[in-house]
Amino acid sequence: MLRIKNLESGYGRLKVLKKVTMHIGAGEIVTIIGANGAGKTSLLRTVSGLIRVRSGEILFDMRDVGNLPPEKIVFRGCSLVPEGRQLFGPMTVRENILLGAYPRFRKKDGDGVRDDIERIYAIFPRLRERERQLAGTLSGGEQQMLAIARALMARPKLIMMDEPSMGLAPLVIKDIFSIITRLREEGNTVLLVEQNAKAALAIADRGYVLETGRIIMEGTAEDLLSNRDVQRAYLGRDLDAEEKM
Amino acid sequence: MLRSGACARSACSRSLHEERTKDLEFFFQYLVAGITYGTIYAIVAIGFNIIYNATGIINFAQGEFVMLGGMTAVTLHRFMPLPAAILGAVVLTTIVGAIIEIAFIRWLRRPSVLRMIVITIALSILIRETALHIWGESVRSLPYFTGSSMTSFQWGGVYVSPQILWVIGIGVFVVAALGAFFNLTMLGRQMRACSANRDAARLCGINAGNMVTLSFMISAAIGALGGCIICPITYVQYDSGTPLAIKGFTVAILGGLGNSTAAVGAGMILGILESFSIWVLPAAYKEVIAISILLLILFVRPSGIFGSAEAARLKDF
Ligand SMILES: Nc1ncnc2c1ncn2[C@@H]1O[C@H](COP(=O)(O)OP(=O)(O)OP(=O)(O)O)[C@@H](O)[C@H]1O
Ligand SMILES: [Mg+2]
Repeated sequence: MLRIKNLESGYGRLKVLKKVTMHIGAGEIVTIIGANGAGKTSLLRTVSGLIRVRSGEILFDMRDVGNLPPEKIVFRGCSLVPEGRQLFGPMTVRENILLGAYPRFRKKDGDGVRDDIERIYAIFPRLRERERQLAGTLSGGEQQMLAIARALMARPKLIMMDEPSMGLAPLVIKDIFSIITRLREEGNTVLLVEQNAKAALAIADRGYVLETGRIIMEGTAEDLLSNRDVQRAYLGRDLDAEEKM
Repeated sequence: MLRSGACARSACSRSLHEERTKDLEFFFQYLVAGITYGTIYAIVAIGFNIIYNATGIINFAQGEFVMLGGMTAVTLHRFMPLPAAILGAVVLTTIVGAIIEIAFIRWLRRPSVLRMIVITIALSILIRETALHIWGESVRSLPYFTGSSMTSFQWGGVYVSPQILWVIGIGVFVVAALGAFFNLTMLGRQMRACSANRDAARLCGINAGNMVTLSFMISAAIGALGGCIICPITYVQYDSGTPLAIKGFTVAILGGLGNSTAAVGAGMILGILESFSIWVLPAAYKEVIAISILLLILFVRPSGIFGSAEAARLKDF
């Protein structure tokens, strides 16, 4: 579905991504883990068109989308749930959801949108209760749900999520992750970026480890979970201490 | 209308009682005049706000749209009936608005505020000089939309010209129509989304660049419409845009930049203050009022009197 080859990009003179190569197959949950500043957000922003590609290519559904602006990439079926939610704060919950469906209105699928809003409200009942509330006044968890809902309204083939668990209480994180699993069961493809590597690898099929802009490791979720380096660096296990005991 | 009020005052021989009622009549006379001007100021201010919300820039050429609307309508009216001339003027000015955005604004990536101020002021000078070239210095006017200055009717002793009703009526219509557009249509929501969070709007598939062009077109259109409706009362000349831009800007700041509902209230405040100032101050001071208010607000409460203390948004200005 998504194939990235030797991708490089950055900000001004700063090169952040260095020869990143990865792929995501239809129906998979793939996770990217990495420390702060590794370039995870930059990678998602580049794929979604917010940052220009310096070199390398991004193939989405076999077609090059490397130089398309974000508004075109969404129409191809690739949506981003951005880091920090980025909702339309002064607009209502319902308006945020409607705007997410904008590509569908353009494709004259207004009826489908109405059904999908119901579907979304079934997944996130809280949003239905707060339909008329301004998005900026929602709680952090509700905002994250709305950000996911908004991206889903475009009916993307691939949904990319940037740290959906950030700043949320453990119970809410559990909700969000069970929703991601549910999305896959419904046939969606998910690219998940997480600080919370353990939780991400628990629901993912495969994962990549990004470090200072390079992919340093890749494998199935189980492999990564049992890998000693990954455990030490990202899962917070102190293996040396454990061995001494 | 103001002028007729002033002569009526000296003409009467009065008893004390008459003087009281006369004063009351003057009061309403000035009030009506203030509301009329206030409506126009509000329309110009809303034009500022629409572009500000879409781009974060202040378009100092906003007053020129008003002037262009009036001037074009006067010229077109020579060849066609008034409604068609007004429609034509609005459409042409809208096109000018689009051209300005596409030619001068669109290709700038993240321009600094200072640069935008310089550019829009330059545009305003450019439009004014072009207007001078096309139309010369003569003062022009449209006829009253209905009736004439003679047919102003008396309303409890207050002279109200039919044009004033047109101004207020169309002003109310513009505000209501814009409210419906921004809150109820998908296109209006797209524009609000772009101003709330541009990147997020693009991630929803919205073409943010086109929304900016649209904001210039809407601002130009309502500015031109304002120019047409006020033209029979105030007349129009190649340089009549600038004072309106200052007033409109004052009103926009007074109401809090970007807040169009508040701009209506602020417009009324400025219009009525100006109008009553003639009562207590020499007429020459009328023009000073707007500037004084502007400076006062900028010093004391830059978020505007109705502002939600969102001063942070003003910081980069
Ligand atoms: N707008 C920007 N301008 C300049 N440099 C930036 C910008 N955004 C990010 N960077 C730099 O790019 C690098 C990668 O940042 P990025 O946000 O992609 O990291 P991340 O992996 O998402 O980190 P985190 O886990 O903290 O979200 C960092 O060194 C950061 O300082
Ligand atoms: Mg990040």
